[in-house]
Amino acid sequence: MTTQPAQSAPQHYTVDTVENAAATPEVEQPYGALGVKPDEYDRIREILGRRPTSSELAMYSVMWSEHCSYKSSKVHLKQFGEKAPEVDFLLVGPGENAGVVDVGGDLAVTFKIESHNHPSYVEPYQGAATGVGGIVRDILTMGARPIAVMDPLRFGAADAADTHRVLPGVVRGIGGYGNSLGLPNIGGEVVFDPCYAGNPLVNALAVGVMKKSEIKLAQAHGPGNKVVLFGARTGGDGIGGASVLASATFDDGRPSKRPSVQVGDPFMEKVLIECCLEIFAEDLVVGIQDLGAAGLSCATTELAAAGMVSAGVGGMDVQLDLAPLRDATLVPEEILMSESQERMMAVVTPANVERFFALCEKWDVTATVIGTVTDTGRLRMTWHGETIVDVDPRTLAHQGPVYHRPYHRPDWQDGLQAAVPDSLSRPKTGEELRETVLRLLASPNLADKRWVVEQYDHRVRGNTVLAHGEDSGMLRLDEESNLGIALSTDGNGRYTKLDPYAGAQLALAEAYRNVAATGARPLAVTDCLNFGSPEDPEVMWQFAEATRGLADACQVLGTPVTGGNVSFYNQTNNQAIHPTPIVGVLGVIDDVTRRTRLAFEAEGDILLLLGDTRDEFGGSEWAHVVHGHLGGLPPKVDLERERLLAEVLIAGSRDGMLSAAHDLSDGGLIQAIVESALRGGHGARIVLPDELDPFVALFSESAGRAVVAVPRSEELRFTDMCRFRGLPVARIGVVDGDAVEVQGQFSIPLEELRRAHTGTFPALFG
Amino acid sequence: MSARIGVVTFPGSQDDQDALRAVALVGAEPVALWHRDADLRQVDAVILPGGFSYGDYLRAGAIARFSPVMEAVIAGAREGLPVLGICNGFQVLCESHLLPGALIRNGGLLFINRDERLRVESTATAWTADYSVGQEIVIPIKNGEGRFTADEHTLDELEAEGRVIARYLDNPNGSARDIAGIANAAGNVVGLMPHPEHAVEELTGPYPGPATDGLPFFTSILKQLVAA
Repeated sequence: MTTQPAQSAPQHYTVDTVENAAATPEVEQPYGALGVKPDEYDRIREILGRRPTSSELAMYSVMWSEHCSYKSSKVHLKQFGEKAPEVDFLLVGPGENAGVVDVGGDLAVTFKIESHNHPSYVEPYQGAATGVGGIVRDILTMGARPIAVMDPLRFGAADAADTHRVLPGVVRGIGGYGNSLGLPNIGGEVVFDPCYAGNPLVNALAVGVMKKSEIKLAQAHGPGNKVVLFGARTGGDGIGGASVLASATFDDGRPSKRPSVQVGDPFMEKVLIECCLEIFAEDLVVGIQDLGAAGLSCATTELAAAGMVSAGVGGMDVQLDLAPLRDATLVPEEILMSESQERMMAVVTPANVERFFALCEKWDVTATVIGTVTDTGRLRMTWHGETIVDVDPRTLAHQGPVYHRPYHRPDWQDGLQAAVPDSLSRPKTGEELRETVLRLLASPNLADKRWVVEQYDHRVRGNTVLAHGEDSGMLRLDEESNLGIALSTDGNGRYTKLDPYAGAQLALAEAYRNVAATGARPLAVTDCLNFGSPEDPEVMWQFAEATRGLADACQVLGTPVTGGNVSFYNQTNNQAIHPTPIVGVLGVIDDVTRRTRLAFEAEGDILLLLGDTRDEFGGSEWAHVVHGHLGGLPPKVDLERERLLAEVLIAGSRDGMLSAAHDLSDGGLIQAIVESALRGGHGARIVLPDELDPFVALFSESAGRAVVAVPRSEELRFTDMCRFRGLPVARIGVVDGDAVEVQGQFSIPLEELRRAHTGTFPALFG
Repeated sequence: MSARIGVVTFPGSQDDQDALRAVALVGAEPVALWHRDADLRQVDAVILPGGFSYGDYLRAGAIARFSPVMEAVIAGAREGLPVLGICNGFQVLCESHLLPGALIRNGGLLFINRDERLRVESTATAWTADYSVGQEIVIPIKNGEGRFTADEHTLDELEAEGRVIARYLDNPNGSARDIAGIANAAGNVVGLMPHPEHAVEELTGPYPGPATDGLPFFTSILKQLVAA
């Protein structure tokens, strides 16, 4: 066994025991500096019947923080449960480390998205790296092998100086950590907008696969079972506010320069993953939890509380001084709050402890029994024999404050929606349209992202069927049956600013459409809700509207939210980011060899436009790039149309009718056609429908649309299917030549398009 | 009979499963080898896979070279055991002095994952016999430290002895003389920065293709072992 000897107590540290706390009710505690409100502090005293010890105060402060308790968002998030569509494939819903869905056969898939926004602004490389590490551990904790990651990113203006500090570090951090874990990065987004200056969004999604029978839960069951802490040692990183707690008692000789952002060790995490998977395979754990935000405080309380709830009895005794440390001078308050990475906690029966430790030894993973499951209903911790924590764990994990924060529609919302883009000057001549195509194609949000995604390994594990540059990422799960999954993340902050309810629905609609465009059937949703301060009633209104919109849309589309994350306080100097819900949709495909790519691969294929095109430019990429304009309403949402479009795309893929399919979104039809042409190396001749203004036809961002390429031999069968099902379909051209030509308007050689598309990122960041 | 081809897993190896899959795809018997184990389990050839062995925190491949399994691989290689080092495996072979030169940070200092066009320069090795000299192939690279370097004398020697096995057509990282892979004098040990195990299936190989140009690395060794 590699159990560590108890470390000697730091000198000059006066431990604040439970006994001491009971005897000294008058001691003033720095709760305000820890972010605990006066009424919350009063409630802690009421729960405990005395003042908290400084260790307990540390635990309440992190467990009742916005980040861990969702105290501002909870009342809105519950709609995801209340309005959840009835489905038979949801195995684990919101509340666990990640949701789990049944994808057929004996396989289950778990996936979740999280934010690591603020750390990535402070320290781009480590912030982004540990964001990947954290979400991957959530997936691992469910009992799954992590199999891929995706990273939706938002930055300030592409040419802003700070973006050149943040973006390269974030991208290297994602690559540096994810590549070293051996996880393919199969998708994501890179979007720029001045509103994200100072508040970049670094969201990370991970997905994993397991046998249905092997799902693990974060619960501490069975009195007498051992609590094992394993993985990296606990260090002083990510401690945040803990220092105020014991500042009076810190002696001066200890390390003081500590990073507030955690530092990642992907090698440790890779080893931890493989070690855990061998432990799972031998069924050696009763429950398991990763150490993420709030570290040991969170893992111990959540395991103990969940065990009590599910088994009706439980509790945990922890000998905190047994936790292996990187810095021997750490005091209990710091150990409890440390967010050191690459740590896990397992509950193991005494009979399995020896085998558990043998596997840890095989992988050179440090493991230590630090506690025992009890039946006392209490979470008790000792420090060198003295009791420093004695609480009901449910009061920390489940009974945190719930806020009904006030919210109201901003006064400026009407004005914003009234500022419609109709009067903006539009390109009219063929030459003007041509210039607009090239300008948008080269604009940072629509430009080729190869400079970014080539820093990510998308191939490792050998099951990546589709990745960057396609409508969704796709993975093979089973080499025999070719069963696979597809994933897409989308979100449009401009749309959501114009109308939070519709904007959130459009994010879902786009991700749903992207998954269907590759031939997969959308199943379930994960969301990362990035907003400003919940203390601002206008931001809270945006949040309330967006969650309502998303919950309603998930109900219509039959795709339940399985889990996710809320990130508040993305604002600087009272200037909040655009409300930016990022929605990830998971789909399943029975046979990945039938996937649909977006490239035009065969000359002579017929191009069909599916869906309705309207004059919709509110929040569009065109208005943003050409006029710097944001106003009006976002494109109309029609969820029934989205569902119909998806059915047609999936059927077309399954029945082998489609050569290519590409969803229409930012930049409209012409952007999609150019992307498909460049990817396949074949041009296109486009004849626009007579009834549409050429500018509207080319650049409108109407939702519920896709462009498909079908072989001539399949055209009739496919268009008959569309008409039979009631989906508008229009023949708009043919795959042909080495230019994109819009008849009667302009023609642009592929080489010129390629230069415009690929030059931007190297010029900005190369 | 078939051939047993071992793939070593170091802690931090990433492409070990891919190498095992490629071995199986061509009909050889894949055998997993463990870094702590000096026993090569009677394999007929060994692949050192890509990844970040021991985290590659000191220098890529520098720690792996001292693992128990490498003692056996080094001893075997000196007696003719065919060994292919891919990416991190190539770095390990250089650190082990089974191959000359070193792999340093890419010219652009960034990790690069890209499909690269290569020209096969030598078919006189255990791992490249199924190609033809001058054949142009597409194999992915994915590395941060893939820039091959050696002193001029060593480079001249490699050229003169026909030990450069593949060159980049569009040198992505500043590798000396566009070198993507080399062999030892006997031709049984080959190191290659690109990943042939990621170019073995139409479904997952380079796009738009050709997707399976990596297969001959694995068919070459299989044929040689079966014929032996």
